[in-house]
Amino acid sequence: MDDRGNDSSVSKGFLDAARRKFLLQGAGSACAAGAVSLGLMTHVKSARALPSQALRPPGALPEADFDTACVRCGLCVRACPFATLNLAPAGGGIPVGTPYFEARSVPCEMCSDIPCKAACPTGALAPVLEDIAQARMGVAVLADPERCLSLQGMRCDACFQACPIKGKAITMERLTRPGGMTVFMPSVHTACTGCGKCEHDCVPQVAVIRVMPAAQVRGELERGQRRSEPALGMPVADSPAVSAPPRPKTR
Amino acid sequence: MSARPFLADALAHKGRWLSYRWLILRRLSQGLVLAGFLAGPCCGVWILEGNLASSLLLGQVPLADPFTFVQSLAAGHAPALRAMLGAGLVTAVYLLVGGRVFCAWACPINPVTDLAGWLRRRLGIKSGFTPSRNFRLALLPACLLTAWLTGSLAWEYVNPVTGLMRGLAFGLGWTGGLVAAIFLFDLFVVQRGWCGHVCPMGAFYGLLGKTALLRVSAPRRSACTDCMDCFTACPEPQVIRPALKGKGTPVILDSNCTTCGRCVDVCGEKVFRLTHRFDRSLEEDASPAPPLT
Repeated sequence: MDDRGNDSSVSKGFLDAARRKFLLQGAGSACAAGAVSLGLMTHVKSARALPSQALRPPGALPEADFDTACVRCGLCVRACPFATLNLAPAGGGIPVGTPYFEARSVPCEMCSDIPCKAACPTGALAPVLEDIAQARMGVAVLADPERCLSLQGMRCDACFQACPIKGKAITMERLTRPGGMTVFMPSVHTACTGCGKCEHDCVPQVAVIRVMPAAQVRGELERGQRRSEPALGMPVADSPAVSAPPRPKTR
Repeated sequence: MSARPFLADALAHKGRWLSYRWLILRRLSQGLVLAGFLAGPCCGVWILEGNLASSLLLGQVPLADPFTFVQSLAAGHAPALRAMLGAGLVTAVYLLVGGRVFCAWACPINPVTDLAGWLRRRLGIKSGFTPSRNFRLALLPACLLTAWLTGSLAWEYVNPVTGLMRGLAFGLGWTGGLVAAIFLFDLFVVQRGWCGHVCPMGAFYGLLGKTALLRVSAPRRSACTDCMDCFTACPEPQVIRPALKGKGTPVILDSNCTTCGRCVDVCGEKVFRLTHRFDRSLEEDASPAPPLT
């Protein structure tokens, strides 16, 4: 009885004990959840960047949208008949749980029925991609021309021969070096799907021609292109109108 | 109470099988889910392709985790039809049997936290503190808010539940460390810490279970001897009291009940049983229920 008397005297105050405890706990929980949320935001911001050697499966939405849409289920990985795709393990530098492939180890074989895209339950691998030749998994770049055997004058055209859309994505362009030597330079064109066969077959120990995520190569241009072209994965313009940046006024 | 060991009454009155039945069935179920996902990559027998986030059962039935699905919506992506069907199917099942049945019968983290809980009891560890069980209910909207603000499945970057299953099927990486951290957290810091206080996925499934048909009831509550074994065994002990000690329905209606059935196992007086929500029958015992001291 004494206890009850005390209780009622407390409740005459601003808040009774039980209610106060409830509100305090609620506020504590909300603050802690907010802190977790902030930590998570910081983590996601740093963890969602795609490293240059990791390529997305064909039909993948632009990276930011892909991160929203992909649920990390791995059904594309299971559907891939060549074991090209992997799900990124935690702590490996690739956004955890997302599908990727590394061209130098196992490139994409460009199946015409695109089984990985067909297996995707969420549309992160966009269903609008029907022709694998329209896929843009990345862009091949002649990353270190000085080491290219062909540019050194040797008879190598491994990348040209490896390309599944031969003669369209990579051509060997005749070039005359100072001193009169004629060499052939592998040149990548907009038909490149980023399958990675060229990087895989490149002869030197470290590949000279490398496939990188398109956004890393084309940056803003790629994004702008995607926005103006609703048909996903269309090739970018043959000769994009690149103008020099405005110069700062001379003093 | 006296120094009567945990489970002594049940073992004496019911024997070994009935004292461990639901626990054994639950471990079997967890093992089957795990085996379903691992049989493919390990032996080429494809029962469940994918992982908990989204999968294909026997190459036909799409399944998807509704929590991941809702995060996807919050992040701003309307998932394609197959994910919707899968999430709908899974939601329907858990609406029927109770959302947190997932926690007790399918979640790969449950054996880890169960082990920590068991070890904590055996070693008599009393350290740590007891935060509010409502923390998870605050973390759940925080996760969805983060998804919305970052446009990303933010919680899935750290979610140990989907992460562990994915790791086991596709490559673990640092997820093993995360799971170990949860084990230590449960063992030394907060009793039943992860599943009972933090996990927003469990909180989500708990909300799914508000109207579940499958429930545990205490129809023989008048036979309760206050041995406290059910409270000791229960991962969410607060759910038992209203049904066992209250005047109203004997059915445990709290949606945080994971329907693990451990209370049914450990009770020597057979007070509890698994039944449906509307089974409010009471079996009156000759002796009135002794008051809880």
